[in-house]
Amino acid sequence: MSDRELTMSEALNEALHEEMERDPGVFVVGEDIAQLGGLFQVTKGLLERFGPQRVIDAPISEAAQAGAGVGAALVGCRPVIELQIADFVSLVVDQVVNHAGKWRYMSGGRVTVPFVLRGAVSSGIGMAAQHSQTLESWFVHAPGLVVIMPSTPYDAKGLLKSAIRDDNPVVFLEKRLLYSRKGLVPEEEYTVPIGVADVKREGGDVTVATYAAGVHLALQAARGFAREGVEVEVVDLRTLKPLDVETLVGSVRKTGRLVVVTEAARAGSFASEVVARVTDEAFDALRSAPVRVAAADAPMPYAAPLERAVLPQVEDVVAGINAALERVPA
Amino acid sequence: MATTAAREDVQALEGLLLRMWQIRAFELRAMELFEENLIRGSVHPYVGMEAIAVGACAALGPDDFITSTHRGHGHCIAKGLDLKLMMAEIIGREGGYCRGRGGSMHITAIDKGMLGADAIVAGSSAIAVGAAHGLRLQGRDGVVLCFFGDGAANQGILHEACNLGAVLSAPTVFVCENNEWAISTPATASTRIADIADRAAGYAMPGVVVDGNDVLAVRSVTGDAVARARAGEGPTLIEAKSYRVMPHSAATKTDLRPAEELDAWRARDPILRFSRLLADEHGVEPARLEELEEQAKRDVEEAVEFALASPRPEPEAALEDVYAPAEWLTPGRLA
Repeated sequence: MSDRELTMSEALNEALHEEMERDPGVFVVGEDIAQLGGLFQVTKGLLERFGPQRVIDAPISEAAQAGAGVGAALVGCRPVIELQIADFVSLVVDQVVNHAGKWRYMSGGRVTVPFVLRGAVSSGIGMAAQHSQTLESWFVHAPGLVVIMPSTPYDAKGLLKSAIRDDNPVVFLEKRLLYSRKGLVPEEEYTVPIGVADVKREGGDVTVATYAAGVHLALQAARGFAREGVEVEVVDLRTLKPLDVETLVGSVRKTGRLVVVTEAARAGSFASEVVARVTDEAFDALRSAPVRVAAADAPMPYAAPLERAVLPQVEDVVAGINAALERVPA
Repeated sequence: MATTAAREDVQALEGLLLRMWQIRAFELRAMELFEENLIRGSVHPYVGMEAIAVGACAALGPDDFITSTHRGHGHCIAKGLDLKLMMAEIIGREGGYCRGRGGSMHITAIDKGMLGADAIVAGSSAIAVGAAHGLRLQGRDGVVLCFFGDGAANQGILHEACNLGAVLSAPTVFVCENNEWAISTPATASTRIADIADRAAGYAMPGVVVDGNDVLAVRSVTGDAVARARAGEGPTLIEAKSYRVMPHSAATKTDLRPAEELDAWRARDPILRFSRLLADEHGVEPARLEELEEQAKRDVEEAVEFALASPRPEPEAALEDVYAPAEWLTPGRLA
C-alpha cells in the first residue's frame, strides 16, 4: 500500500472516475457538477472524460433529478445524483422514500433500483438553518434504503464504489468540513464493504459509536483521555443501514459502556437507534446508562457562538464519555 | 382519415376493440370482487377511458415503456400484460405480477415494458424522463410514455419532469388523461386554463389536445409524438380529454358529479363509438362485435379463476425483496 494522501473530495472524485470507467451505465446528475466540477470539486474532470450524456448539469429541480435517477436505474443504469447541499433531501423525499426505496418490494422483487444519492452535510461553517442539517435518520427510518456516512478519504472512496455497485438505493451523506481533510488512499483498486463498521481506535474502557465528523470529535476526545490513562474505543459505524451490530455490540461487551455521537438533532436521531439496538442485544453487558451526544433540537443558528452551542463539540463528547464512565473529571 | 382507416387491417382494429373490452370487463369484474371482499384496499376503475390507454399503447413497440398511475389497470392491459397475473396480483396472490406485494396500484412488469404503476399522483413523471435518458445512454431505441391525470398536472414534480425531459431531449411522451374530476373537485376548480396541453409551451414542446374517447385519434397523435421522441426531438405533451364514468374508486362511493354530465359522457362511450365505426366503415358484422365482447369477458373470467386458484403468500415471506441481493445482506434478516 502506497502512502499517498488525498482529500476526501479527491478520493470521491477518484471513485467516480473509476466506476464510470468500469461501467458505462454509471452516470452523474446534479447542479453545477459538469462545467464547474461540483461546488466541492467531487465531479471535477468527469465532463471532459465522459461527456454531457453521462455528466449532466441539471436544472435546479432536485425531485426530478432524483426521480430521473430512479427511472434510469429501473432500465439498468447506475445513476449517481448529487445534492449540492444535503438539506435539499427534503425536496426529494417522495422520490427516494416512496419510489427508490419501495419499487423493488412493491414489484415483488421484479426490479432493482441501483441508485446513489450523494449530499453534502454543511453544518459548522455558518450556513444557517436551511443548509446545515444532518438528516440521515429520515432515510434510516424508510425501508429499502442503504445509508452511508464516511469519515475518512479512504472510507469515502471505498464506500462510494461499493454504493455504486450495489443493486439497492443508497443515500450517501458527506460532511462538507471533511472534504478538504487529507488521509491515506492507496493507488491500487479497493472497495470498502457496506455494513461493516471500523474500529478507528481500540480501547477497553468505553465505546464511542459514531460516524462522519463525529469520528474526529471522538478521536480527539480519546487522545485526551489516553493521557489520563482511560482508553476509549472509537467505533466508526460508516454504514448506518445496514448496521454492523456485531462490531458495535462486540465493543460494548468489551467495555461495558456506550457513548453515541451524532451531529444530528437528538430527537429521533440515529444515536437513539444505536442505543436501542445495544440495549436490545447487550443490556446485560452495560455497566452504565448509554449516553447520546447530539445536536440540540433547534434549527441551526447562523452566528458562530450560537452554532457551536447547538452542534456537539469535543467538550460535549468528553462530558458524554465522563458520564458513561460515571467519572467526575478533575 | 376515412381512406387511411379503410386501408387499415381490420384485424388490427378488432384487436384494439378487444383490448378495450378486456379493460371494461376487467374493471367491472374487479369492482364486483371488491364488493365480495376478495380485493382489499381499493380499485380505481378506468371505465370510460379505455380509448386513451389502448390508442396510446397501440403507438408503442415492444421495446417501449410506460409508467402508470393508481388508475392503472387499463394501461397494463393495453401494454399487453397478462390478465391472469394482473388479477392474481389484485386479489393478493403469490401468482400475481408482484407476488401480492403491490396490489392494484403497483403492477410492474418490466419485461412487458411496464415500469410500474405509481400511486403518488405525478410520481412517475421524472422516472419516465430518467428511464428514457437511461435507454438512450444504453444505445437502446425505446421511448417512455408517462400516463398521468389532470390532477397530476398541478403537482410540482410534473413541472420539473417536463422541463428536465425537454432540456435533455429525453425520448419521453407525456400523456395527460384529463377525466375532468379529482375525487370531488372538478378540474375547472383546480386550474384556470382550459387545456392542460397549453402548458407544453412553457417547456418549448408540442402540446396536443385529442379526443380521449376516440381510440384512433389517440393512436395517431401518440404515433407522431413517439416518432418525434425516437428521432431525438424531445418530449410531447398530449392531453386526452375524457371522463371516468364510474366513481373515483371502489372505496369511494360518494359521487358529487351531476347526473346529466355523467349521462352526456356515457353517450360518448369510446367502446360503443369504435364499434359503430368498425361496423359502418369496415363492415364488421354485429355478430363479430358481440363475439369480441364475449371473448373479453371470457378472458377476464379465466383470469379470475387463475387468480383464485393461486396460493396466498406465506407470511414468513413478508420480508423478502425489501433489498436486492447484496454481499452484506443475510437472507431472512433485515438490515
